[in-house]
Amino acid sequence: MADALSRAAEGLRAYGLIVAMWVRSTMAYRASFLMMAAGNFAATALDFVAILIMFSHVRTLGGFSLPEVAFLYGTTSTSFGLADLLLGNMDKVGRRVRDGTLDTLLVRPVPVLAQVAADRFALRRLGRISQGVLLLGWSLMRLDIHWTPVRLLLVPLMLVSGAAIFGAVFVAGAAFQFKADDAAEVQNAFTYGGTTLLQYPPTLFATDLVRGVTFVVPIAFVNWVPALRVLGRENPLGLPPWADFASPLVAVVCCALAGLAWRAGLRSYRSTGS
Amino acid sequence: MRGPGAGRATRLLRFVRYEFNDAGGPGMRLYAAVALSGFRRYATYRVATAAGVFTNTVFGFIVAYTYIALWNARPHLGGYDRAQALTFVWISQALLAASALMGGGFEDELQERIRSGDVAVDLYRPADLQLWWLANDLGRACFQLLGRGVVPLAVGALAFELALPADPLTWLAFLLSVLLGVLVGFGMRYVVGLAAFWLLDGAGLTLLSSLLGTFLSGMLLPLTVFPGAFGDVARLLPWSALLQVPADVLLGRYHGAGLIRALVFQAGWAVVVLGLGRMVQAVATRKVVVQGG
Amino acid sequence: MDGFIELDRVEKVFDVRRRAGLLRRERHQVRAVDGISFSVPRGEMVGYIGPNGAGKSTTIKMLTGILTPSGGRLRVAGVDPSRDRTRLARRIGVVFGQRTTLWWDLPLRDSYGLVRRMYRIPDARYRANLERCVELLDLGKLLEVPVRQLSLGQRMRGDIAAALLHDPDVLYLDEPTIGLDVISKAKVREFLREVNATQGTTVLLTTHDLTDIEQLCRRVMVIDHGRLVHDGDLEGLHAVGESERTLVIDLERELPPVTGIPGVRVVRTEGPRQWLAFAATRSAAPLVAAVAERYPLVDLSVREPDIEDVIARMYAEPKPYAVPHDERTS
Repeated sequence: MADALSRAAEGLRAYGLIVAMWVRSTMAYRASFLMMAAGNFAATALDFVAILIMFSHVRTLGGFSLPEVAFLYGTTSTSFGLADLLLGNMDKVGRRVRDGTLDTLLVRPVPVLAQVAADRFALRRLGRISQGVLLLGWSLMRLDIHWTPVRLLLVPLMLVSGAAIFGAVFVAGAAFQFKADDAAEVQNAFTYGGTTLLQYPPTLFATDLVRGVTFVVPIAFVNWVPALRVLGRENPLGLPPWADFASPLVAVVCCALAGLAWRAGLRSYRSTGS
Repeated sequence: MRGPGAGRATRLLRFVRYEFNDAGGPGMRLYAAVALSGFRRYATYRVATAAGVFTNTVFGFIVAYTYIALWNARPHLGGYDRAQALTFVWISQALLAASALMGGGFEDELQERIRSGDVAVDLYRPADLQLWWLANDLGRACFQLLGRGVVPLAVGALAFELALPADPLTWLAFLLSVLLGVLVGFGMRYVVGLAAFWLLDGAGLTLLSSLLGTFLSGMLLPLTVFPGAFGDVARLLPWSALLQVPADVLLGRYHGAGLIRALVFQAGWAVVVLGLGRMVQAVATRKVVVQGG
Repeated sequence: MDGFIELDRVEKVFDVRRRAGLLRRERHQVRAVDGISFSVPRGEMVGYIGPNGAGKSTTIKMLTGILTPSGGRLRVAGVDPSRDRTRLARRIGVVFGQRTTLWWDLPLRDSYGLVRRMYRIPDARYRANLERCVELLDLGKLLEVPVRQLSLGQRMRGDIAAALLHDPDVLYLDEPTIGLDVISKAKVREFLREVNATQGTTVLLTTHDLTDIEQLCRRVMVIDHGRLVHDGDLEGLHAVGESERTLVIDLERELPPVTGIPGVRVVRTEGPRQWLAFAATRSAAPLVAAVAERYPLVDLSVREPDIEDVIARMYAEPKPYAVPHDERTS
């Protein structure tokens, strides 16, 4: 246990070192950074423009108003943006396996996961987070929510848990690339696909799909489940009330499973070398 | 500075033009071989193709449900009924890779060759630079239409009620329209790629181009749903030739003269962007010859 | 424990799956390293050579802990590399000739700064080591240049410096001179000799260039098809392989092939130039003297035998070659 903790601390330290260096190097080309961050902002904003166009034709979508959809959009975008910023480059593992550069990470005295996650840290991804935060702020101003301490607490809790759940998806996807080194796109279905799904109200989707993302790949806990409580709406699956607070627990379980998958993947790489 | 080397290169180019292009036969054979190698290259990535099909299908489902909600509330939005709107979803997923709606395919590679100076070698190859990359991209598009397009469309047709035409002529017109769309898309991406001759970092322009492609092709939402003058303008821009027009052709929204007009619209944009690419290429080539790479 | 690096019947077996037909896949096993035993004492500089695909890189990957052996026992500084990979990493330096361990887009100085903090190298020691590397490897003008803009030779020098900043006990070099120009090669060799002599760093290097071995290593191990086929000095290798060097002489004018010098045969003539083959274990000096005495000699050069050639000759021999530590069981 102490050993695992010290390894985790060592990994975080190395992650910080590498990230700090990339940030310094990014800032050397400030104009280019600002342009790319603006592009990142715009790229994600277009998704919302499409939603705005939808709402120019209808007053509600699946029974949800525009501010309510904006709340869903803002929460998942912020969570996903955080995970994307911190771990988004993990989908390069397959390429590193193919070209053999993973070996150069294995001879350094710090955990490989930290090195892979921090490599080419892309600060421009702040664009997505800021877009999510802006929309979340706008929706909170427009929504008429009866704020209780519990609901107030749920918002930051869901943002952090959501980021952790998406982070686990990134790590699990990277681990899968040890097995199939050019299947990087599979994880896009769960990451980008996941956040696209969660931008819309669950009432739009077939019950089986909602069940799948609640019980199998539990990304519904990123925002759907807790957000419905904040918005004062019924859960379409009729989950018990305590489930609204289960996001942190789900996040911990997801992270643990993703960590195990990563270890298994790295072990298989080290025994096959390819 | 035009040294003796440049003179020799010009002679070589002239010879090459004569040998391979003006003679007609060998030129076509060469480009056919390039296209075939482009096809083969993508065909070797079996796992990546399967992964892409999976992702296209997942996205297809997500978008399909949002359209169902939208069209349930507004049954004839954009002139489509529900089945047509759903067909639009699955066509856009089927064409996403083939028509490179979000960019990709070759710009990065071209930019890399320009930055490393390898493009000088390409310019002295017995082939025209633009036609060489076009052949390569057509090969890629052909593979991705089959490898990445057929399965998502089939899954969509099984899971939802789609408005796919029974008339084989409509399918033929659709394929022609897709081909024209690929030409337009190639033309725009080629110009973006050549920008690396002048821009130190082409990433910004590539990103912008992929944003415009995503939004103005109709992939996020059909352009017929875009409001007012904004929609009118969007439908006239070259990006609408990538997806909106082929989808409308398949949905049987054009007949007779209307169909001809739609195809001419695409062909017109293809001529414009490919011509623009030739002009940019000419300026760039002069730059390479003068600076010696 | 007598050796700093100890291998006892180490094996690495890979499962290879090959597509055979549309759906069918064939599985078969490849023994990349097939029961290798050797021991390297502290401070020794050893050459590890063999043809492509012989198992050199696989051995290095097991020694660094990247790959887990399939069988046998392996210890470096008393530690099992595959189990204690990150702990051992502080005590070893690795240079892969084909790919850099540096950060591609960053200037050398930033890469070194990151290495310093990753390995927790004390400030004074870091500065001293960097200064020494910069001086001996001539890196002064390169420190601010991003790695991707360096030539192969410059990058290799930068990589070697990065591998030594933390004063490792062992340095593994996988083809450190591949693709380098003559000057870079000379600089790298000079530096490695210096590090081995003054720091007592144990060095294990794989190479295709016999000159590397000749100038750096007293001991050379040859691996082929995953087995150790020679472990001894370079002369021994030439003796076993019966390899030959070539004396190329330019005479004043075209003459009939040289005769009357024992142990030499003319393998080729071309105008006034003649190629004379002799056993690699013999010294060239008396030959040159003998030729000069009888013939009008204008110019001469000596060509070293090719490594692939030497190994090919060893294999042409029917008799098995004794491995000094006779632990091989088959």
